[in-house]
Amino acid sequence: MRLKLLESPAVRVGLSISIATGLYGVSFGALSVTSGLDFWQTMALSLLLFSGGSQFAFIGVVGGGGSGLAAMSAATLLGMRNGIYGMQMNALLRPKGWHRFAAAQVTIDESTATSTGQSDPDEQRRGFWAAGLGIYVLWNLFTAVGALAGSSLGDPKQWGLDGAAVAAFLALLWPRLKGREPVAIAVVCALATVLAAPFVPAGVPILVAAVVAAAVGWFSHGRRDEGLEPDVDPYDGGHRHHSEATTQRDQAAGRRQEDLP
Amino acid sequence: MNLWLWILIACVLAYAWKLVGYLVPAKLLENPRMSRIAGTMTIGLLASLTVVNAVATGQSLVLDARIGALIAAAVALFFRAPFLVVVLAGAGTAAGLRLLGWG
Repeated sequence: MRLKLLESPAVRVGLSISIATGLYGVSFGALSVTSGLDFWQTMALSLLLFSGGSQFAFIGVVGGGGSGLAAMSAATLLGMRNGIYGMQMNALLRPKGWHRFAAAQVTIDESTATSTGQSDPDEQRRGFWAAGLGIYVLWNLFTAVGALAGSSLGDPKQWGLDGAAVAAFLALLWPRLKGREPVAIAVVCALATVLAAPFVPAGVPILVAAVVAAAVGWFSHGRRDEGLEPDVDPYDGGHRHHSEATTQRDQAAGRRQEDLP
Repeated sequence: MNLWLWILIACVLAYAWKLVGYLVPAKLLENPRMSRIAGTMTIGLLASLTVVNAVATGQSLVLDARIGALIAAAVALFFRAPFLVVVLAGAGTAAGLRLLGWG
């Protein structure tokens, strides 16, 4: 049974994405404690909120001197896409009973991308759970490691941890900048942020940018899944739209390997 | 204690977003505008958070070692470095620039 599971291409993709994503929980843990959250507050975000972008947003606003309300708002607005993923996963997997409540908690960029990249319904289900549960376990484990390491550092600036936060946000944004339109949205929102910063309390410029972005989404017509890319693409190459082709190729490769004696 | 309250509210709302997709009839959410806004807002928020963390200090805009971190991260991402390497590049550059006495 266990062997069979490991032979599943979706499970293998799910586990490798779990390691890649789980590992950067270290940077979240370390940045969180240096932003002013304590160990258990940091763990609460990873255990309960469990959505990388929103977690970084929360500590980013707090670290920048923003209020708890602004931090919560930024994290919540960034979590809206998980609702869209939930809808996609519900249509694909149709979980019943308590499974739905468990599935909801592990519905994030990476588990959704791992699942939708598969074409066989069983593989879609296996990929979702392998990536979702795998990331959940490793993300929390590495958050704890990072939080413990972070609290033993002296002056966070001396270690460049404020630079690490900048890099982390750019790395979360980067995979979503495919084509001219997302770049234009990013530039406009960055400008709105800089223009608003001197006039409103810390944390609020981020919410101004969210309003601008929502207006762009409301009034313009473009790709329906713009911005809905995982931070770490389970199917590599960075082109989610080709992932179906990639999956079929992977599956074909998998079958070929299985055919070997 | 106050921060705990906001953390717990954020956690409850994050779970509510996730659950709503499973519990609300698909037809209600099939509006393409909803997924479009979820996407543009993700890009906008992340761009904004990048800039805030790079140049804002409270209400003022400052150019310091963090700009170096931003450039280093962009270079690392351009060469398709993994997430953790990008973060380390950002930290190393900011720390290095401060060691050299800038920012």
